[in-house]
Amino acid sequence: MKTLTHAQAAEQFISDGPRTDWHNDTLWFVRQKRDKAAHGLPEWEQLREWASQIKNHSLSNLDQYLIEFEKNAVANGVTVHWAANGEEHNRIVYDIIQKNNIRKIVKSKSMLTEECGMNEFLHAKGIDIVDTDLGERIVQFRKEAPSHIVLPAIHLKKKDVSDTFHEHLHSEKGNNDPQYLTEAARQHLREKFVESELAITGVNFAVAETGGFVVCTNEGNADMGTHAAKIHIACMGFEKVIPKAEHLAVFLRLLARSATGQPITTYSSHFQKPREGQQMHIVIVDNGRTKQLGRADFRNSLKCIRCAACFNTCPVYRRSGGHSYHTAVAGPIGSILNPNIDMRANADLPFASTLCGSCSNVCPVKINIHEQLWKWRQVLVAEGYVDTTKKIGLKGMAFVLAHPSVYRLAGRAGRAVMRLFPFVLNNKLNPWYKQREMPAPPKQSFRDWYIKNKKS
Amino acid sequence: MWPKANKNEHMKVGLFIPCYIDQFYPQIGIATLELLEKSGCDVSFPLNQTCCGQPMANSGFAALSKDCDKNFVANFRGFDYVVGPSGSCVLHLKEHLKDDQHPGEAEYIRQHVYELTEFMVDILKVDHLDVSFPHKVGLHTSCHGQRGLHVASMSELVAPEFSKPEKLLGMVKGLELSKPARQDECCGFGGTFCVFEEAVSVKMGKDRIAEHEANGVEYITGYDESCLMHLEGILKRDGSKIKAIHIAEILNGKA
Repeated sequence: MKTLTHAQAAEQFISDGPRTDWHNDTLWFVRQKRDKAAHGLPEWEQLREWASQIKNHSLSNLDQYLIEFEKNAVANGVTVHWAANGEEHNRIVYDIIQKNNIRKIVKSKSMLTEECGMNEFLHAKGIDIVDTDLGERIVQFRKEAPSHIVLPAIHLKKKDVSDTFHEHLHSEKGNNDPQYLTEAARQHLREKFVESELAITGVNFAVAETGGFVVCTNEGNADMGTHAAKIHIACMGFEKVIPKAEHLAVFLRLLARSATGQPITTYSSHFQKPREGQQMHIVIVDNGRTKQLGRADFRNSLKCIRCAACFNTCPVYRRSGGHSYHTAVAGPIGSILNPNIDMRANADLPFASTLCGSCSNVCPVKINIHEQLWKWRQVLVAEGYVDTTKKIGLKGMAFVLAHPSVYRLAGRAGRAVMRLFPFVLNNKLNPWYKQREMPAPPKQSFRDWYIKNKKS
Repeated sequence: MWPKANKNEHMKVGLFIPCYIDQFYPQIGIATLELLEKSGCDVSFPLNQTCCGQPMANSGFAALSKDCDKNFVANFRGFDYVVGPSGSCVLHLKEHLKDDQHPGEAEYIRQHVYELTEFMVDILKVDHLDVSFPHKVGLHTSCHGQRGLHVASMSELVAPEFSKPEKLLGMVKGLELSKPARQDECCGFGGTFCVFEEAVSVKMGKDRIAEHEANGVEYITGYDESCLMHLEGILKRDGSKIKAIHIAEILNGKA
């Protein structure tokens, strides 16, 4: 099946008006909680600046910090693996599973494993993984992808969850009580935690000077998994490394406030070394990051700490839903990360924005997201990934606007200039006219008036 | 009435009227011109101007707007300031205007191009207007002027609040100003976004309008006609009584 473009998928999403409004309002509520938390700290803008500088410095010295991190992690008794791409990452995880003859696996939230398509890869090999983040478990039951990197099931309502649990957990049909549904998930997941042999987690921050790493969750599911299992695999994109433990003081204050408006995540778990009898692995993944690091205009997108503040503030995301972005990481940040991974498949994403700039303003590490969206548009056009009708129209427009005499003539000749503007053609094929009236053409242009009344 | 008028006498201002305002909204061009003249500026409208190049650039075709840029520089070099009634066109010029043959002149224009309300507040230092507009008015704070030109403070940042258009509207007698609940959310115009992402664009516009409706406004005003044109298109289609009006028309007192 052909993947819909963002615009097509968004149109489908919006066709359910009340659900769109609910999605929009719910995420706006999260944005407001973020505002409240940010405005509670007079030093907020200073923190953002520090976070941005620490990340810039880390990206400029990545080789050094990654080697330092590896050295210290190995000294702590951790096995460190390097994966050039998603395929290698999945293979490494698979080999560990095979070698230890594992059957029961739990996983807490990791956008990296989504990016690498790990669940699907392992499933094809007959290995099933239980996602233990509540939202992720819900979408996993439904065979859907997360629609938001922090709130994976935010596209679903209580009733959807109730139906899903009824089908998969045999909970009471029609019981939409959140307390009841959470309890059903809790009982189900407890069982999975207890019997698990291997736990996979993501990594929020990897600290070069200690070789330790931090995993942030609100549900404690990363800890439940790793405490019970005899093997812990932590998967991280290589940009997660920061120089020192003291830098966590900046990032942990920003992360949860930006994400949900909480002062800090309920669990900020520091992992340092395997406990006795436990194996601990870290898989460090490139998967296109080196290429992005080499693109001067886009490298600082790797500063991202995956808080999703840009999702919540984005007026387009709120009204089109995460699935319309057809990638593991949706939203504004996804729209500047994904073209790097596959320009053809993701050529529509940088255009799924009005360039309003709100994303750049909420970003806790000051990524200039909207400017990068603009720059990706230039790259995609230059590389030939934009469809030709758009190209011909804009070329014609560029010609007329570069030639004042043609422009004036076009304007006078029954305002043929209207053809320049996609929004003024009064017919059903014109997307402007579908739900909007066109501006009424006046008797004379400003220029005509000026020549008549002002020019002496 | 215009206390600083004589001080502005020798200020040569190039009037930049964006292409779609020239063609569809001449009354906004007239209001802008009259406002600047009342302040004592020496204003002229270079007749061979066309467009700032933004529609191409925002669609990914910045490379095509070279000749358009050249034409802009040829028309607007030699002025002390360039002023236009559209935040997003002005921001585009500020960020992207280039001319390889006249780099110095292009740079001068980039540094001296102003959106009308910021020019009135920051350069002309207008502190009094002798006009009235006895209506309930909602202000639409357009993104590019706000987040790009800093015409107003931004709700995302922890910083002092201000708004240049609001300051000017506050000088208009009888005008009752209201702001929508989400005071600086985008209206969904977004240049060619308005047609290529039609569904989202219109939904965003409708949501903005609903907030102004809830405030019971008679007019929605702003400093960027492109946003207002989009909102007006929706208002008219839906048969709303609310009218869109550019801030220059209110400030000029002839609306």
